[in-house]
This record gives sequence, structure tokens and C-alpha cells, in this order.
Amino acid sequence: MAIRTQPVTVNLGPQHPSTHGVFRMRVMFDGEEIVDVEPVFGYLHRGSEKLAEERTYTQIVTLTDRMDYVSSMLNNQAYILAVEKLAGIEPSPRGVWLRMIASELQRIASHLVATGFLLQDLGALGTPLIYAMRERENILDMFEMLCGARITNSYLRPGGVFMDAPSEFWPALDRGLNDIVNTIDELETYLSGNEIVFSRTKGTAVLPKELLINASITGPMLRASGVDWDLRHRAPYDYYDRISFERKLHTASDNYARYWVRVQEARESVKIIRQCIEQIEPGEVRPSFDDVPRLIRPPVGDAYAAIEGSKGELGFYLVSDGGIAPYRMHVRASSLINLTLLRDMLIGGQFGDLFVTFGSVDLNMGEVDR
Amino acid sequence: MIGLGLPRGFMVTLKNFLRPAVTEQYPDRHVGLIGAAKAAGMNPFQFLVKKPADSMKAIAGLATVPVAVKQSARFRGNEFTFFEDRCTACASCAKYCPLGIIEIVSVPGKIDAQEGESYKLDVFDIDIGRCMFCGLCVEACPYDALHMGTSFERSRYVRDELIITKEDLFDAPKRPSSFYRPQFEEKGFDPFAETIEDFHDAGRHERPSDEDLKRKWVDER
Ligand code: SF4
Ligand code: SF4
Repeated sequence: MAIRTQPVTVNLGPQHPSTHGVFRMRVMFDGEEIVDVEPVFGYLHRGSEKLAEERTYTQIVTLTDRMDYVSSMLNNQAYILAVEKLAGIEPSPRGVWLRMIASELQRIASHLVATGFLLQDLGALGTPLIYAMRERENILDMFEMLCGARITNSYLRPGGVFMDAPSEFWPALDRGLNDIVNTIDELETYLSGNEIVFSRTKGTAVLPKELLINASITGPMLRASGVDWDLRHRAPYDYYDRISFERKLHTASDNYARYWVRVQEARESVKIIRQCIEQIEPGEVRPSFDDVPRLIRPPVGDAYAAIEGSKGELGFYLVSDGGIAPYRMHVRASSLINLTLLRDMLIGGQFGDLFVTFGSVDLNMGEVDR
Repeated sequence: MIGLGLPRGFMVTLKNFLRPAVTEQYPDRHVGLIGAAKAAGMNPFQFLVKKPADSMKAIAGLATVPVAVKQSARFRGNEFTFFEDRCTACASCAKYCPLGIIEIVSVPGKIDAQEGESYKLDVFDIDIGRCMFCGLCVEACPYDALHMGTSFERSRYVRDELIITKEDLFDAPKRPSSFYRPQFEEKGFDPFAETIEDFHDAGRHERPSDEDLKRKWVDER
């Protein structure tokens, strides 16, 4: 006998521990089934794009740290690439290698956070999250050696990075990479074959390939559906054209596929860092202040540069009116755009899968609201 | 293979259970009798005899010792180190700060002045309640007068107490971080063990050579 139910509207968030920040959803349930979702965001809006209009090009680096605060280095990199394109700056090779190493480390850290919190959302309270965070801690320690900060790095400068890596960084990186590989192996041992993870994530929130492309979803979410689209490969920036790496694809496009793609990408990042270490040469880490002064005045014009961030295509669009600050800055925030398919993912699903699906998008409210 | 996933997962958990813990206690760490005796600089037997009350506490697991947090030498902390003799009150740091939280008021000094004397600092306030420790002010300082500090414990109950004045900067412990100061790294300076009292010992970063200065200011004019 079917139980008679009636639709109930529930307000989730913005102060809910599972919403990865301050995100609010108005969800309508019919029994256990989700009938309607209305996302409400903007609770973490800090007006970064507006603030950028009255700061010099170097000062804005500090603002980009705070957009997606679990992948600051990648934000720095995307922004710096846009500035370099706008002002026609030729970066120093060593600076470029260092920022590639830093941003690949950051990608691993970000994917570890995504995986850890996905398991937290699955109900594995604490333990797997702490395993992932333990490894991230090592990466953050390396960042502290590089630039003196763990989260809000501001390590990059137009033309390279502000300071060369200290001598203790290289042995720590070597050790760290081995540890990361071990952790990922461990992670896969207890997750990739785990029946509970299978039954909870396989076949949930399946998104068709066409829909993903039409909604301009990028990053691991897109690659989990089998579309081979990685900007490091399609439009190589920095020195990614001198690096060989595999693009890991999955075809199921469900929550499990998204998790799997992230873990494999972290493995590839380790390989990329190893290649960077082989190819890095001694030299200056940024052009001299005669070539790239602290106060950059790019010519009138605009520039857009995008990188493969940890969450998708992360782009910065800068318009210059010839002054010391940009006339306008726009950020193509991958989290925000990936969030647009939330309704398609959730409607028809079960209440228990709501936060799992939400977590599998891997969004960061700091980036969504900016 | 279906069916094996869970036992394998539990093996991982078991392995991690047997690993040493990575948790760091802060600000104090609980110690037993041996640790407490070590902290007091005695061997456990001496400690038992000389401080029976403290040893009872230690045996009951109530004794704590402060923890030194592991930090790197480039740590961008909040106790800015400032060498007043070097500062020319040029206000580059104030201009470069993204938040505009450094306030500098300068008064003219002597006419034929030495390094650091032509302008006198009257006010040098940093409102670290709003500071984000980005270090751009330190990068901008052309005379290496301002350095990031390495401490991070500066919580206060009132916001006003978070404004560091010139006097605070003079009195602060001079433990400069090697952020943007490669000369410290070359010297192997360890801010957690030593201090630099005299600005002459601090060295200079990228000081232009005399030929460069001549070329820039004389020949190219
Ligand atoms: S560290 Fe950054 S925010 Fe703080 S005073 Fe210096 S420039 Fe300003
Ligand atoms: S601290 Fe440095 S930048 Fe600031 S006023 Fe003094 S000399 Fe100039």
C-alpha cells in the first residue's frame, strides 16, 4: 500500500554545515523525493570585482586569493595570466615553472578537499575527511615555505612569482609527492571498491553530455561525462605544452564518475609536478623592476585569460583604460556556472542524495558569490 | 570485487589507527610525569621529590606544557619588525597597501642628513585589525626598514588595541620573517631562535650598486 504524501517546502541553509559555505536552497519534497529546488545565493558577496576597480594590478592578486579560498594559487595564476596578456609582459621561465608547481599542488589540495567532503556528505563522518585533510596539510606547509601563507597565498606577481623557493622546499616537495601518491592509493583502496560508496553514488544525479555542454559546464564534471576538454591540453597556457599528461575520462557522468575523475586528476598532477621539477632551470623568478614595474599601466584594451582550475574553466577578463587600475574586471567563476545544473541534478532524486550531489559539484561559495 | 571492498577499507582504517597521530595540540600539550620533569629541567626522581604536588598533577594527566608551533621562516605574521633608523618616511608602504591601513605623518628633519634622517617619522600606525598580512608593504619598502614578523598571537578584546603605533613597532621583538628578504635566508637566520637588534645586521635586499646608481642618475640624464 502506497503511503499518501503531500509536498512540503523545506528551507536549507544558508547556515547549514553541509552547504559548503553560505548557500540556501528552497527544496520541495514529496515524501522522500525532491520535486523542486530553488537555489538562493549571494550571502558571501564581497564585491571583489568592484573592489578591483580601485586597486592596482598587483594589489588585486590579494583579492583573487579570497575568491575560491581552497584554490588560491589557481586563482592567482588565472589572474596573472590575464594581466600578462593585457600588459604584454614576458614572464621569467623559472617563475613560470614555480607557479605551475604551486598551482598543481593546489589542484591536488582542492581535489582532496572535494573528495573528503563528499565522503562527509555521504555520512562517513570525520575519518575519511581527516585522511584527506592530513595530506592537504602537508601541501599547505609547502605553501608556507614558498610564500609565508597557507591559504591566502598571493604568491604570484605579474611576470612570475615574488621569491624563489627556499632550499628546504625541494626535499619537502619530494617527500610530499610520495606521500600524496600513497594517500591517493589508500583513498582508492577504501573508496573505489567500497560497496556503500557504490550504492550511494553510482547512478545518482546523471547528467547527459549534451546538457553539460549546453550549460557550458567545465572541469571534472564535464570530463566525468566523457568529453575530453581540458584547457591544459586544448589551449596550453604557461608551459603545459612541454608537459605530457593523460586526461582521465569517465563516461557514467554520475556522482561516482565525478569523484573518480578528481582522484585520477590528482594522480596526474603528481606526474606533472615531477616533470616540472625535471625541467626547471635556475634563473630569475620575475622580470626586473625596470621591465615590469610595481605600478603597471597596460595599454587601453581588454584581455581574457583562462586556466583549467580545480573546478573548471577559471577565467579573468580585464579591461584597461590606460590607468593603474583596471576599468572593469570580470571573473568567469567555474563554481557558479557549474551550479546552474543543480535543479536538473536534484529533481527526481532522493532526499538522502541531496547533499551528496551538491558536494559532487565541488563548489566553493567564495567563488560563487565573489 | 564486490564483497571485498569493506574489509579492505577497514584494513586501511586499522593501519591508520596504528600510525602515530598527526594532531597538534595548541596552545598547551598534556604531558605525563617524564614530560613535566623534562619541562622543569629535572629528572623524574628529582621532580617527584622536589615538587610532589606538581608530580601528582602530572601523574593524574593534568600537567601541560606550552607548544612551539612549527612555522616556516617566511611566515607572514603580525608583529611587524621595523628598523626606525632606516625608515625615511617615504610612505611607499602606505601607498602600496591594498587596504590603505598604514598611516604615516612625517616632519622635515635636518638639512644635510645621514641615511634615514632627512625626514622624521611622526606617526606610523598600522591597523592590523584590518590587515590581511599580504606583505605588499614589505615588498614596497625600498630601504628594507619594514619586515613581516613571525608571531601570530595577538588577539585582543578591543579593536583599538589592534592598531600598532610607532612606539609599539620600536619595542616589538625583532624577529623578522624572511618573507621578501632573501638576505636572511642566505645568512641562515632563524627568527624563532634569534633576534636582530641592530639594523646594520639586517643586510639589504637588492641594493643597487654604485655603478648602477651612477648610470641611472648621472649618465642617462
Ligand atoms: S600586510 Fe598587506 S594589508 Fe597588511 S599593512 Fe601590509 S600591505 Fe597592508
Ligand atoms: S617603512 Fe619603508 S616604505 Fe614605509 S615609510 Fe619607511 S622606508 Fe618608506
